[in-house]
Amino acid sequence: MSDDHDDSPIAARVRELEAVLEEKGLLDPRELDQVLEAFTHRASPANGFRVVARAWTDEGFRTRLLENANEALPELGLSMGGGLQVQRLHVVENTEDVHNVLVCTLCSCYPLSLLGPSPTWYKSPAYRAKVVSHPREVLEQFGLTLPETTRIEVWDANAESRYMVLPRRPEGTGDLTEAELAALVTRNGLIGTAAV
Amino acid sequence: MLSERYRTGDRVRTSAVDPDHHTRLPHYARGRLGTVVGHDGVHPLADLSARGVQQPQQVYLVRFSARELFGHGDHSVTLSLWEDYLSDE
Repeated sequence: MSDDHDDSPIAARVRELEAVLEEKGLLDPRELDQVLEAFTHRASPANGFRVVARAWTDEGFRTRLLENANEALPELGLSMGGGLQVQRLHVVENTEDVHNVLVCTLCSCYPLSLLGPSPTWYKSPAYRAKVVSHPREVLEQFGLTLPETTRIEVWDANAESRYMVLPRRPEGTGDLTEAELAALVTRNGLIGTAAV
Repeated sequence: MLSERYRTGDRVRTSAVDPDHHTRLPHYARGRLGTVVGHDGVHPLADLSARGVQQPQQVYLVRFSARELFGHGDHSVTLSLWEDYLSDE
């Protein structure tokens, strides 16, 4: 399983488009490489893990994050402006009563700068179609069985905003440092297909 | 153009039209009744910007019950919807 599909039709189409833009003098290939390199270097799920660990240990940060994530992220040296435009981020918090899960039913919108490249299954038509209509079954396929009393909230990133889930802090982690807490968080936890 | 026609708590119905052009109103959420749960900024209407026309418009966070969308289920689904997609209940 790989996120690289260099031989795929879309990759060929992008290469052709790039060549045309260069030919017309609309694109400097070095500039494009620099932007891509800088962005992909910074884009990692480790960013999301840090955000979660800080929210678990700093109540003020947690409140600011849930209120306005774009304004809270710079406190950790992060932003949603790594791409060509600044995207609005909503951080949605799991509680005892509510479990959040993310999808983009129309394509594969994803908070790349905080979570890194999205997993292949996130882009699959099967996940995108089924998680909106049957989230409980989909989560069970991921090994996450929620109590019947937990309400599931699905967020479809169908327009301009991006989402990240703030998982519940596991019990018995009171003694852990922020860095140790960050190491507990998984990418699927930030999408909502895992508890943490 | 930049009016905020709806407020949090308002009940709204999505357009039932299946347009020929690009849109960001998913098929499963067409002609459905939902509740505005927040504002999601002002952005160019995607249906027009896909054709090179920039018309910024209020976007709302609208929540639907699974029962309303699919006829079954006890979860809910929240979408970002441009004002053009919505009408009063």
